[in-house]
Amino acid sequence: MSVLETRELIIDVPGRVSGRALSLRIEPGQRWGILGPNGAGKTTLLHTLAGLRAPRSGQVLLDGKPLSQWRRRQVAQRLAVVFQERQDGFPATVLETALIGRHPFLPPWRMETAADLEQARNALRLLDLSHLEQRLVSTLSGGERQRLALATALAQQPALWLADEPTNHLDLHHQVAVMRLLAQQSQQGAGLCLCLHDLNLAARWCDRALLLYPDGELCHGPADAMLIPEALERLYRQSLIVTEVNGTRVFLPG
Amino acid sequence: MPGVDAPARAYPWTALWVLALAGGLAMALAVAVGSVPLGAADLWAVFTGGGNELQRDLIWSLRAPRALAAFATGGLLALAGALMQVLLRNPLADPYVLGLSGGAAVGALGAMLLGAGAMLVSGSAFAGALLSTLLVFGLARGSGSWTPTRLLLTGVVVAAGWGAVITFLLTMSPTERLPGMLYWLMGDLAHARHPGWAWLVLVIAVAAMLPMGRSLNVLARGPLQAAALGVAVRPLETSVYVLASLVTAVAVTTAGSVGFVGLIVPHLLRLVLGNDQRLILPASALAGGTLLTLADTLARILLAPQQLPVGVITALLGVPVFLFLLYRSR
Repeated sequence: MSVLETRELIIDVPGRVSGRALSLRIEPGQRWGILGPNGAGKTTLLHTLAGLRAPRSGQVLLDGKPLSQWRRRQVAQRLAVVFQERQDGFPATVLETALIGRHPFLPPWRMETAADLEQARNALRLLDLSHLEQRLVSTLSGGERQRLALATALAQQPALWLADEPTNHLDLHHQVAVMRLLAQQSQQGAGLCLCLHDLNLAARWCDRALLLYPDGELCHGPADAMLIPEALERLYRQSLIVTEVNGTRVFLPG
Repeated sequence: MPGVDAPARAYPWTALWVLALAGGLAMALAVAVGSVPLGAADLWAVFTGGGNELQRDLIWSLRAPRALAAFATGGLLALAGALMQVLLRNPLADPYVLGLSGGAAVGALGAMLLGAGAMLVSGSAFAGALLSTLLVFGLARGSGSWTPTRLLLTGVVVAAGWGAVITFLLTMSPTERLPGMLYWLMGDLAHARHPGWAWLVLVIAVAAMLPMGRSLNVLARGPLQAAALGVAVRPLETSVYVLASLVTAVAVTTAGSVGFVGLIVPHLLRLVLGNDQRLILPASALAGGTLLTLADTLARILLAPQQLPVGVITALLGVPVFLFLLYRSR
């Protein structure tokens, strides 16, 4: 099982002083929530963790080896990224899009096998997209596209998920379904690293939290200890009302 | 589980066989029609070593080399177009959009102006194409960032610069050289006698691109997504750019700047066959070759004995087809 580790990492946010260096380990089965206001650098951090963006200083290590020394293909066999924004290049169907999650596992000359097709279909089924299999992606709604992006990542069967707002555009039912699916993945040993805006989802589904402040300050630790009103009010500069329902903390803007 | 490793998506050979057959028929037509029409029996006789001397000469020294050159040129242009469209993630890209044909034209016209022979004109065109490629690549890359928009803008502006130089050269040229120059600018296969190189490059380019097909499918979804799925984006983009440029340079050197094949053919195929580059790239080569062979045959016979530049035919066919596609796509 893969472990992602950062050592003295400072992400490169243009026009910002360096702030505090980040050193943490994402172990198999851990569920990290990255929280912070707009522009705090959540997406930049996620891309840096995926090796898609060079850090200003410090290192990201996958299984103890710096990410830059891995081949992209090997990284993609362990690590899936769900982006916040997506481009539609040329028209493609839903099934074709889920199938590209198998790309890192196929040698150049091979066509997709029945097993790959099965995995893609299974991913579509788990994200409630089977009925749209032959539809063009450009005809889907925002929430359906979001689930398709998650299905593509699921077809990759990653050991580590780096997901930028995985519940974006999703209705309440699909938000819960997606978080439940991700929790299942973590129970099977996958690490999760999710940028979230919804404090309640973070409180309910994450066991660790990383708070990013706009000035480059940061702190991280167990979710119970991090998701406290004082820290969160300072993070978002917004007063909060906190209550407890069925043993889970619930946050409302005050 | 039985059959788990059987290929779930078989390679679509059928489409390629159909296109190859169409290409063969187009070539047969190209050698059969002309000022001296040859029937199927005559063709068969010549191909099996018989026929009279006039027929052999007509086919082996005139029509067959020209048909082969037309097919290779069309194939190269359509392949380059398909590659450029993926590279720039822009359906309107064609092989010439990055100013390459302008550079080639300046090279060729400059050599013609100095009274150089056909070989030197070809060499000069090739050098001009490569110079333009390096110029655009270097300028677009300058500060390190290389986005499709930046590459496209650089190419379009460089092309505009070449356009001005072309006009200047035409203005400076003595009247008796102008027809040759205009024919070159419109694309003309009348002087294409050595299709061997173009064929070699076409075969090598298609073979080199096939294993990259699936990576190109992923690249079409944007560089970040492609990198996250294990594609080494920068090396792939660079090799596609270099290959597409080289392929275009060879095509332009063979037949001048023939327009529209590179834009139209990949689009027509995408409408019919979908967007899998593993199929679209070889299919483009075959369909582009077929189209240009037919267009060149038309160019030879429409106003015979007067020959039209083949670029006139491809543009006259290409403009309405393209406008129709664009209109329908809304």
